[in-house]
Amino acid sequence: MAEVVAVAAESLAGSRARAARTVLNQVVLPGEELLLPEQEDAEGPGGGGERPLRLNAGARSRVRVVCGPGLRRCGDRLLVTKCGRLRHKEPGSGSGGGVYWVDSQQKRYVPVKGDHVIGIVTAKSGDIFKVDVGGSEPASLSYLAFEGATKRNRPNVQVGDLIYGQFVVANKDMEPEMVCIDSCGRANGMGVIGHDGLLFKVTLGLIRKLLAPDCEIIQEVGKLYPLEIVFGMNGRIWVKAKTIQQTLILANILEACEHMTTDQRKQIFSRLAES
Amino acid sequence: MEGTMHADAKIRAETGTESGPRGPGCSLRHFACEQNLLSRPDGSASFMQGVAEKSREQLIRNTCEAVVLGALHPRTSITVVLQVISDAGSLLACCLNAACMALVDAGVPMRALFCGVTCTLGADGTLVLDPTAKQEKEARAVLTFALDSVEQKLLMSTTKGLYSDAELQQCLAAAQAASQHVFRFYRESLQRRYSKS
Repeated sequence: MAEVVAVAAESLAGSRARAARTVLNQVVLPGEELLLPEQEDAEGPGGGGERPLRLNAGARSRVRVVCGPGLRRCGDRLLVTKCGRLRHKEPGSGSGGGVYWVDSQQKRYVPVKGDHVIGIVTAKSGDIFKVDVGGSEPASLSYLAFEGATKRNRPNVQVGDLIYGQFVVANKDMEPEMVCIDSCGRANGMGVIGHDGLLFKVTLGLIRKLLAPDCEIIQEVGKLYPLEIVFGMNGRIWVKAKTIQQTLILANILEACEHMTTDQRKQIFSRLAES
Repeated sequence: MEGTMHADAKIRAETGTESGPRGPGCSLRHFACEQNLLSRPDGSASFMQGVAEKSREQLIRNTCEAVVLGALHPRTSITVVLQVISDAGSLLACCLNAACMALVDAGVPMRALFCGVTCTLGADGTLVLDPTAKQEKEARAVLTFALDSVEQKLLMSTTKGLYSDAELQQCLAAAQAASQHVFRFYRESLQRRYSKS
């Protein structure tokens, strides 16, 4: 959940509150307060690097910072609510102070709008499927939210099927709703996942690591066996290879990746590639 | 949220009738036990003994409710399951510490960490922090405090025994100093956990 925050930066750090910049990539605990850096004064409206005259000399420059998961706005500071490493991403287009968030390791998923997840259909009632996504309540999925579905042409979804979809409504006050089409009406890989294969659960941090742009693990796994794999942001992975044994080996490797170092992983992959 | 793994069984204790467990000569209060009441964890159980108002569960629950940001999870129940592996004194403080670590591990949003500290007053007024079971039994008064990590404010206190007002303040101050050690330990163990990844 991200709040766009306009904060007045402070140059003095309180006895307990530390500047966010000094704590980057370190472990932060719930209850800590963070101060935001003061923005460098950009060139004035006249150009040429002139400083604009301020009518109220006491006002500080304001930084627009996006407050990501694990942080809450508390007055003009950020309050840490989860334990993890503090991360920061520079703003792409130069305006604003970027995004701050806490990288925490947890197993429990909380639905977020726009996330792609794997769900299990638990009930079919009238026009809606109830899908278990690992949150505190099941998400609802309308039967019309599939590619090419009309009132006469219903999709073939049974109780117990696996669904890959994304959330269109996901906040703390309402029941989450998901769909299997994107905004243009195309499936784009979403929908019912095939019947074979294996679904297993991992921590959310591992999913984010595997979905990072240059993840070595996925490249190495791809070289081992031909496989189909689906990652759900709710900690679920579905994997399918040619034989059951290969599927189980892949599932075990992915689950163990969490605790292995890079060297151990390379060892295991080389041993598997030989056999 | 799971504390530890339990065996999975479906047994229901008989609910008491008029001539139930409290028969003549039996001094045990009414029991109620329910197992497998949560579908998510590997196992879970709820055990209620008597209807004591200030039971340990209520104390821990009140402390957790004070720090957890429940407004972010409406219509959701957060269950903390604590299993006593061994009781070597200061049980309530140990339970509070375990509950705090479990909530942090589960990623529940909190506004601060909390810890429990027990202290006892001997017959001659000596103050002992984190007493053993033997020291607790021989003490004149046993006081347990739950303190938060931001300003060491008092979240919960439960006391048993005879003590004066000045002694209470003295115990509270000692507990606040001791809580710094606990929070330092939390920080070190969490840093160790995150350094592995």
